[in-house]
Amino acid sequence: MDSARTVLDDADISRAIRRIVHEIVETAKGTESLVLLGIPTRGAYLARRIADAITGIDGVEVPCGTLDITLYRDDLRLRAVRPLEPTSIPPDGIDGRIVVLVDDVLYSGRTVRAALDALNDIGRPAAVRLAVLVDRGHRELPIRPDYVGKNLPTAVKENVAVKLREVDDLDAVELSEVGA
Amino acid sequence: MRHLLSAGEIDRDQAVLILDTAAELGAVTDRSIKKLPTLRGRTVVNLFYEDSTRTRISFEAAAKRLSADVLNFSAKGSSVSKGESLKDTALTLQAMGADAVVLRHGSSGAAHRLAHAGWIDASVINAGDGTHEHPTQALLDAFTIRRHLAPEGGDLAGLSVAIVGDILHSRVARSNVHLLTTLGARVTLVAPPTLIPVGVESWPCAVSYELDPVLDSVDAIMMLRVQSERMQAAYFPSALEYSRLYGLDAARLSRLPEHAIVLHPGPMNRGMEISADVADSSRAVMVEQVANGVNVRMAVLYLLLAGDGKDAG
Amino acid sequence: MSIVLRGLRPYGEQPADLVLEEGRIADVCAPGRGVGDEVIECDGLIGLPGFVDLHTHLREPGREDAETIDTGSHAAALGGFTCVHAMANSSPVADTAGVVEQVWRLGQRCGLVDVRPVGAVTVGLGGVQLAEIGAMAHSAAAVRVFSDDGECVHDPLLMRRALEYVKIFDGVIAQHAQDPRLTEGAQMNEGALSSRLGLAGWPAVAEEAIIARDVLLAEHVGSRLHVCHVSTAGSVEVLRWAKARGVPVTAEVTPHHLLLTEELIAGYDPVYKVNPPLRSQEDVEALRHAVADGTIDAIATDHAPHPREDKDCEWAAAAMGMLGLQTAFGVVVETLVATGLLTLRQVAERMSQAPARIGRVANQGGDLVPGAPANITVVDTISRTDVRARDLVSKSGNSPYVGMALPGRVWHVAYEGRITVRDGVVA
Repeated sequence: MDSARTVLDDADISRAIRRIVHEIVETAKGTESLVLLGIPTRGAYLARRIADAITGIDGVEVPCGTLDITLYRDDLRLRAVRPLEPTSIPPDGIDGRIVVLVDDVLYSGRTVRAALDALNDIGRPAAVRLAVLVDRGHRELPIRPDYVGKNLPTAVKENVAVKLREVDDLDAVELSEVGA
Repeated sequence: MRHLLSAGEIDRDQAVLILDTAAELGAVTDRSIKKLPTLRGRTVVNLFYEDSTRTRISFEAAAKRLSADVLNFSAKGSSVSKGESLKDTALTLQAMGADAVVLRHGSSGAAHRLAHAGWIDASVINAGDGTHEHPTQALLDAFTIRRHLAPEGGDLAGLSVAIVGDILHSRVARSNVHLLTTLGARVTLVAPPTLIPVGVESWPCAVSYELDPVLDSVDAIMMLRVQSERMQAAYFPSALEYSRLYGLDAARLSRLPEHAIVLHPGPMNRGMEISADVADSSRAVMVEQVANGVNVRMAVLYLLLAGDGKDAG
Repeated sequence: MSIVLRGLRPYGEQPADLVLEEGRIADVCAPGRGVGDEVIECDGLIGLPGFVDLHTHLREPGREDAETIDTGSHAAALGGFTCVHAMANSSPVADTAGVVEQVWRLGQRCGLVDVRPVGAVTVGLGGVQLAEIGAMAHSAAAVRVFSDDGECVHDPLLMRRALEYVKIFDGVIAQHAQDPRLTEGAQMNEGALSSRLGLAGWPAVAEEAIIARDVLLAEHVGSRLHVCHVSTAGSVEVLRWAKARGVPVTAEVTPHHLLLTEELIAGYDPVYKVNPPLRSQEDVEALRHAVADGTIDAIATDHAPHPREDKDCEWAAAAMGMLGLQTAFGVVVETLVATGLLTLRQVAERMSQAPARIGRVANQGGDLVPGAPANITVVDTISRTDVRARDLVSKSGNSPYVGMALPGRVWHVAYEGRITVRDGVVA
């Protein structure tokens, strides 16, 4: 879209991830009980980056997996059927762990609600935290993030697109008008 | 997809999507809570005009794991056995708010008719119609073959599969020929000429009247049940002769490539098309086929019922 | 009461006035010169002798929910027919003088077409014991055509006896050629499509083998044989061979076998379920050419009404048969006239004169000349109309043509000098 405006570039994104990593390690008071679960597609790459960054700081391999929430969505019947994304829970599971859910954009909160339901069927974590690269507001459920890369005030008619090298050839967060 | 009536209607990408979806859903089967909320509030009717406990239970388990409500409507002891027509039964199910009907019927094309005659809005899943098709059986066979022989996923390109037995009357064979070739496999049908339909030359597969020459080149071999009434109808002279010529025994098993697997849609006639030691060998994957059947049927139910009912893309 | 068909073109040739009086064509004169009590302006429309159907199922007695002699007569008249042969597979079967006389009288009472009952060859169509053929022939219905249609007279000895027996009164055996063992449970033409659809095959050989046997029997005993609803290219070959040898055999083909092919069955809609089944395009081509060269003598509808519940079901449970009377002429125009295979004089031969001869029907299949019976169908071959369910007057609706546009239209019909159809409506 022509009117897309870059609100975070790759340096901003690296900084944001670094900050999230430090906050995670700080609030968890260490890394041994952490499990990172990224919500596909881009949340999964962010979780991987966060895990790698923790390894860079601590030298510790934090268990990192993916959690597809498609089967738990509340809007399945509003759209054409969606293909499932991979779910891979680290071999030691999530029981008694501090699970950090990682997603790219926090908006209505419905994805996170679905993710909490999904977690409930998989095990019983000691705590669940939420890390997002961008919080664009407009929550429809009582959900708030624990770690935010960037608070980005938006209008409902705007679209926030997170691009990551792993799939998009560059790192950027872009804001555009819907239908522009 | 709105209905699943025939493996012949599924293209490669759809087939791979179903198998991939089944693989993801299969992971759920390994957890302690095997239930997903995905189809909560939706109603799946198992409408079985023929007895097939294993297929019905498989669909029932699949629907229940996705939290759908399941109604079982079997011919015995129901209005169907009192002569109610398929149409009137369909109208009844429509009135009950069925979202999907899983139909097993003795008449070829019954599922197609139920889907397209305008009697009902529900999605129709063909769970076996006469001697036509049994697409979910073919999907679970393809899934099982992929797991063993193409574990990296994708299609079955380059694999060679033999289907042995009563091709003429087999809906499993028809569905498998379509699906396996769509997925890139080479299929060879093996049967006496009396059990191969006139017109088979239009099918995308090879035909062999002899089993022995194909053994050393197959990656998977699927043995079909031979019903004893075929013998009475003079399709072959005797059970003994059939089993000698077309039965899979230990000697023949030893001639298969080492990686080759043995499939059977069940129920087996031990001693007829398959010997007991082959059925119980480590190469036989029948138990896995049953487990995979649930995953594949979950995938089909998910893909038919979870969206808005309009075709994607 | 005299009627003038003004400006009619007999066989599509020069216009003339035909004056009908006392059931006969009283005069054929220059246009505008005919005088009568009533004048019907035909204005260049085509005149043909009234069509004669050798093969109609009127379902009465027994299945009046599907068709009655009255509703079937209406459909026949609107299709341009002035005579139909009512097949014997009613309930009770038309295997006694009593039943055939009842059918004949009900036809007379309706009065729209000449309803000629066909007598069963064997008792109850059972294929075991000859029916009272002589009694039916000598009844008021004067039956000349005998058929177990729906069932094949399979026993060769019984077939031979039947062929011989009807020589007493110059009758004919109309054989439904279908080997029963080769067609057990058969659902459609056997071939690539049946193998894919998983429907039990009805092989061409099951028809051809019976025809081959029967023409040899007919030759041996010197009897007339008529072959019903020929459906395969191979059957045409056998008939051609038999006729070249001088065997007294005649044959009919249905409109649907001239137009429709098995490909229509792919959607499992039982409206296309018929016996013998729809065949391949090659068979259709062979049948059309066989009609053109006279190997096949007659068009016969095999009009087979079935109530809705017998078609609104799965394929295997559905009844076999389709409506044909009201659409026969349109299909003939589409497949044989528009394609240049038949002239209008040949249409008259195949739809009227030959079937009347085969059935030995007096007063039908005449020429359009003074003194001939006034059984006349007035048509055009140009207008193309959609076949609509609501226009079918049959009690059943199982027409495979609904939704199709067919050429040719029946405007007026005179039966025994009376107008039975005027402007496409039963008068």
